[in-house]
Amino acid sequence: MSTGYNFAYLDEQTKRMIRRGLLKAVAIPGYQVPFASREMPLPYGWGTGGIQVTAAILGPEDVLKVIDQGADDTTNAVSIRRFFARVAGVATTERTDEATIVQTRHRIPETPLAEGQILVYQVPIPEPLRWLEPRESETRKMHALADYGSMHVKLYEDIARHGAIATSYDYPVMVDGRYLMRPSPIPKFDNPKMDMNPALQLFGAGREKRLYAVPPYTPVKSLDFEDHPFTVQQWDEHCALCGSADSFLDEVITDNQGGRMFVCSDTDYCGRHRAPHDVSSAP
Amino acid sequence: MYVAVKGGEAAIDNAHRLTAEERRGDTGIPSISVEQIASQMGLAVDRVMNEGSVYDPDLAALAIKQAQGDLVEAIFLLRAYRSTLPRFGASEPIDTSGMAVRRRISSAFKDVPGGQILGPTYDYTHRLLDFTLAAEGQEPAAIRADAPIDANLPRVTDVLGREGLLEAERPGDAEPGDITREPLTFPADRDVRLQSLARADEGFLLALAYSTQRGYGHSHPFAGEIRMGEVTVEIVPEELGFPVEIGEITLTECQMINQFAGSEEAPPQFTRGYGLAFGQAERKAMAMALVDRGMRAAELGETVEAPAQDTEFVLAHADNVEASGFVQHLKLPHYVDFQSELELIRRLRAKFDTAEPVDMAAE
Repeated sequence: MSTGYNFAYLDEQTKRMIRRGLLKAVAIPGYQVPFASREMPLPYGWGTGGIQVTAAILGPEDVLKVIDQGADDTTNAVSIRRFFARVAGVATTERTDEATIVQTRHRIPETPLAEGQILVYQVPIPEPLRWLEPRESETRKMHALADYGSMHVKLYEDIARHGAIATSYDYPVMVDGRYLMRPSPIPKFDNPKMDMNPALQLFGAGREKRLYAVPPYTPVKSLDFEDHPFTVQQWDEHCALCGSADSFLDEVITDNQGGRMFVCSDTDYCGRHRAPHDVSSAP
Repeated sequence: MYVAVKGGEAAIDNAHRLTAEERRGDTGIPSISVEQIASQMGLAVDRVMNEGSVYDPDLAALAIKQAQGDLVEAIFLLRAYRSTLPRFGASEPIDTSGMAVRRRISSAFKDVPGGQILGPTYDYTHRLLDFTLAAEGQEPAAIRADAPIDANLPRVTDVLGREGLLEAERPGDAEPGDITREPLTFPADRDVRLQSLARADEGFLLALAYSTQRGYGHSHPFAGEIRMGEVTVEIVPEELGFPVEIGEITLTECQMINQFAGSEEAPPQFTRGYGLAFGQAERKAMAMALVDRGMRAAELGETVEAPAQDTEFVLAHADNVEASGFVQHLKLPHYVDFQSELELIRRLRAKFDTAEPVDMAAE
């Protein structure tokens, strides 16, 4: 553990400020709470919101897991895990069920979360209406009035043009029937996991200076239409490593001729679904 | 092949070691010292202090050394360090009319009380590469004036203000905002706008300021006064209850005067744009003043149509620590999202390929 900095890098005043914001976020599920985001020693866009949330809620007894694209060993996940090991000295794990806090970028773990666990999302753009209205002064009004018609029109136009809703990740959801929320760029495959999840889900957008939350057991509904119900991605293939047929698969190009294989994006889930004697990660 | 997406840990360590080696460069050449940077690359240090929002030449010089001279990276280093500093209090407002001026010019008047003082400037230098610098020639010595500059130089804008032709600055009763403690919200008042501009990227401000001179929000500016020098900083410790001097800082201040024909909200008069920067940063202070005036369009009843007048557009994109991070985050893995898009495109494509061909001629 690195000395010279406060536990988990941020000073206690700042952590309290973030926790106050988080309490407000939990009290108003899906509502974006502005907070005085700090510059972190990692760049904006690389998870500074999630890092600040984790820093604010982290205690010495916590066990931290950090994933990026579902994997524990991607470069940015390694970097963030090391950061907390260095400035907070907390235990880290790659096992979803052992972690008290899971910080994630772009995925929700395949292993179901339990009560008492906290999932911290790194959020690049928190505003679900941003591509429809670039001005914050306007979108805040739209949320206040629950004026979400433009989002339904956008989805309808997708169907009229493509026959389907052409949004495959960061798919908008309604939280507790009130606030339209961006789930962060998780694939829509993960959206159903947010609904009535027993874990606390916290969202941090550092550059955009917003916090939001989905408390445990909160209804989260992906937007759809009666005649065009929400569906998730499916693969014809199984995971080439563990054989899973129900997890999110990454496509890996294996040779210069465009040969490819499909493997689980969630490395912890994949590892534990492989036969016990198969300890190699190479195909 | 699967290992290609795994095993970042050792690779990251090795990349950092390689960077450190490249930063050091040829070990046959002496390492540059932080003191050398602080004393010989002062203008770079000033820029890093401005956009890094910390007045500390030594830390800024260290950041420049650590960032291999990449000033935006150095600014980021200083900002990240700033997050760890406790806040003891706020200073009293500084008074630039009491500045120990080293440079002070006005382009609005031929002469002004106290005179035009050029001071150190690259203006009027011929931009010819000086090969004697490469040859480490003799040490230059400046010629000093016989008498010190008048300690009390009134601001040019104050002289003009007495006639009522220049809009009066209206002191507000409210405590000024602080974007490092309360996130910026829109519409943003001038206090937080100026704070944002003070730490904004110089290049971005320069381009926006330039755009106002080329018809995108024409503001007819004159450089009313630019002054640079040292001002004292005072704080009022709670236990004392009176101000004590804690040091002095170098500042560049720019007061732009802008022609204004009047509107329903305001009579015809000259209006102001204000720029203030740490150190010797004239380009930054001037650009800031032009953009400040641009963003006052709505308040003065002008039509808001140009980028530099659009407060939300300017302030949301002016911070280079934010911009640099988010642009470069595209280097992070995005394969889950890309996979989702691949699946979608393949599905849409399959539908497209099997659809009845459209008779283009019939349309």
